[in-house]
Amino acid sequence: MDSIYNALCDIVGKEYCSNLPEEIYIYSYDLGTAEPKKPDYVVSPRTVEEIQKIVLLARDKNIPLVPLGGGLSLAGLAIPQKGGIVIDLKRMDSIIEVNERARYAVIECGVSQGQLISYLKKHHPNLTHSEPGAPPAATVAGNIIIHGQGDLAHPYGFSSDMVLGLEVVLPSGDIIRIGSCALGSGWFTIHPLPDIGLFLGWCRTTGIITKLSIKLFPAKKIRGTGTFVVEDEELIPEIIYKITHTQIPEDIIVYSRAIPPFAKGLHHITVNLAADSEKELEFKQELIWDDTLGEYIKNDLGGYLGFTKELERPQISKTSDYKKGGGFEYVGGIMPIDTYPQCYIRGREISEKHDIPYTVTARIIGLAHSMMFAWTYAFNRADEETIKKAREALYETDELVIELGGVIWKPGIYGQRLVMDRLHPGTKNLMKKIKTIIDPLGIMNPGNWELL
Amino acid sequence: MTLNDFQYSNIIHRCFRCGYCKFPVDWTDVNNCPPYARFRMESYSCGGRLWLTRAWLNEQINWSEYLAEILYSCTTCKNCEIKCPLRFNVDIVNMVVSARAEMVEAGKVPKAVKDFLQNIELYGNPYGASRTNRIAWTKGIEIDRYNGHEYLLYIGCAGSYDIRAQKSSKALAQILLKAGVSFGVLGDEETCDGNETHNLGEKGLFELLANKNIKTFNKMGVSKIITLSPHAFNAFKNYYPSYGGNFNVFHYTHILNSLLKTGRIKFSDSFHKKTVFHDPYFLGRWNGEYETPREILRVIPDIELMEMEKNRSGALCCGGGSGNFQMDLLGGSESSPARRRIREAYEMGAQIIAVSCPKCLIMLEDAIKAEGMDDKLSVMDISEIVAKACNI
Repeated sequence: MDSIYNALCDIVGKEYCSNLPEEIYIYSYDLGTAEPKKPDYVVSPRTVEEIQKIVLLARDKNIPLVPLGGGLSLAGLAIPQKGGIVIDLKRMDSIIEVNERARYAVIECGVSQGQLISYLKKHHPNLTHSEPGAPPAATVAGNIIIHGQGDLAHPYGFSSDMVLGLEVVLPSGDIIRIGSCALGSGWFTIHPLPDIGLFLGWCRTTGIITKLSIKLFPAKKIRGTGTFVVEDEELIPEIIYKITHTQIPEDIIVYSRAIPPFAKGLHHITVNLAADSEKELEFKQELIWDDTLGEYIKNDLGGYLGFTKELERPQISKTSDYKKGGGFEYVGGIMPIDTYPQCYIRGREISEKHDIPYTVTARIIGLAHSMMFAWTYAFNRADEETIKKAREALYETDELVIELGGVIWKPGIYGQRLVMDRLHPGTKNLMKKIKTIIDPLGIMNPGNWELL
Repeated sequence: MTLNDFQYSNIIHRCFRCGYCKFPVDWTDVNNCPPYARFRMESYSCGGRLWLTRAWLNEQINWSEYLAEILYSCTTCKNCEIKCPLRFNVDIVNMVVSARAEMVEAGKVPKAVKDFLQNIELYGNPYGASRTNRIAWTKGIEIDRYNGHEYLLYIGCAGSYDIRAQKSSKALAQILLKAGVSFGVLGDEETCDGNETHNLGEKGLFELLANKNIKTFNKMGVSKIITLSPHAFNAFKNYYPSYGGNFNVFHYTHILNSLLKTGRIKFSDSFHKKTVFHDPYFLGRWNGEYETPREILRVIPDIELMEMEKNRSGALCCGGGSGNFQMDLLGGSESSPARRRIREAYEMGAQIIAVSCPKCLIMLEDAIKAEGMDDKLSVMDISEIVAKACNI
């Protein structure tokens, strides 16, 4: 009998533990182009105590642990590179507290974006969170752990900038809390205690975040999207600078796609506006479309395509079906806005070289402090050759991000190596020391951010 | 059998596994796919099923009893088809049914499925009960054998044999009698409609059942059929025409609604209960019928009708579809869909869960017992509520 399997069954219950080929197969795959790697076990715990026991077992037996949220990073970050135990965290899905007046929510790590959106809409209609364009099955924690960005990234920055508290199970099995919750107080602030920035961006190689508190923001009564289009990519940095100067929009996205053909080469700037009254909305619209962008229309450099009330959830999954192929992956680069023209031109070249219709998207973060520029490559899951082409395009794009002076967002293994090769030696050394102290056996999501 | 021979080989790889299929319409949780709600492993999600099917047909994994159970745990409720944003969504359930057909063809199905199908072949019902007992539900009431009546009342297996569902069959027949509707039943000549057989992938047996029923109906001159079960309604309406069976098919709620509107049945008693309606997916998502049962309930005297959070196309299936009302591959846990559904109703203060399907009736009744809520919550078929309000 498999003693590890039996021990895991004792912890989470037999129904939530498997070493059968069916689960091993499903959990060996990411949705992107990364090569599958088989776990030895899959477990789905319900409580932090169960997670703690799993970690202690893995530590004692020196078994790799791979925490999995929604599994939608597309970068292969939860593929068990060295086997071990995949911990599917989606049963940890309680919304523990929403503090209306202090505008924060305390949630477990398996809460999905869809679940939080629905909960706030029903019970706290005046509040919203920064919702990424990922499918609703993506977890809130997963997006934060990878420094994701949502539809409030323009005014408020990265999703990880919105964290107010964390509960983490360390590779030692210890449970720690960060922020005001560590004092037994409410989960309302992460400051001003000494900074322990050990868990965000580390790709779950330093611990398992089990609870978190996030900032919520006012949900205005009217939300909608307006679209502006230009042909000249060189105009984009200037336009973004002007729009962000108004400090009015909730979200600004620029995209360009080869499909549909009539739109190829055009750059669409979508601007989300929110207001509590028609009067407020009219004022904001006038400020953006007339005062800020009017000159481009007058000079025949751009066109206003109209404003649609009600925000539709982005259905990014549709990208996977561009070629009726069921797959896509993208490289996200956190880039200076000025690099937009080069990002677009060079990305398009990479796409065309690999015979993939180009799709590029940029989300503005902060007041144009940076943008997340995404180069997306669709592939046909049933055609190995297209997967190979997409993978090559992704690697080339990882290199492009570095070349253009950007930082690869949620890099896969290939991108992580590019980053580590260029990392400041002092930084790299400190990261090594931290990892050695916190996870001396290297059991946490091994294969990712391997510095030793 | 290889992937290339599979009927849906050109689309099965298009599932991205983005997980939309797990949600109800309003995104409340990820528990609207019954097997995923029950087991919460990716292998039991809609995407997991499709990826595993492809892996099996591609010979990346071998057939196993467990793989078959994963496939057969799908109730074919079509929540996935409603939520999937991709263009192939209309074929998701077809892909599952086709994969099951491949397993049937290879003689590789779980024992529970084999027993279910074998009983239908041997006895004309999944319970393995005697054909002569099919008429037991009529005990105490005089119902004509069908003989040129305006309607054939087709009760189906659950309504004929299950003790709880028999009560709804009886209530319906008594309402129809009181309203003076011209109808008759087939009695022990009735046999399974085959809806579950079809969706379990046993196309050969389904053809036998369909042909047999069509022959019987035609021989007796049946043109209009009232079904107790939405499952039979679906089979007669959507599957039988391909086999030459063209009948005017009504779910009983259509008839009751019409009898109420024309004044042929009248209420005499109050039904002062906080009531929610649980949508059966073979009326709802499969046939687009959400309002008729609600129209009936709305006019019940003093009823306090509420909507469950997950309603209409967003309703959570009771977990009884695809034979699971008998095979129960989703049972045995507080995470079972029926028990989740009961808790949802209770938490919103309901006293009665109204249903319009004998399978839902059975599943939810059992779930109430399992939850220990017998004294807090009841499940009643709409036929029973109407009969009570009519003092029948």
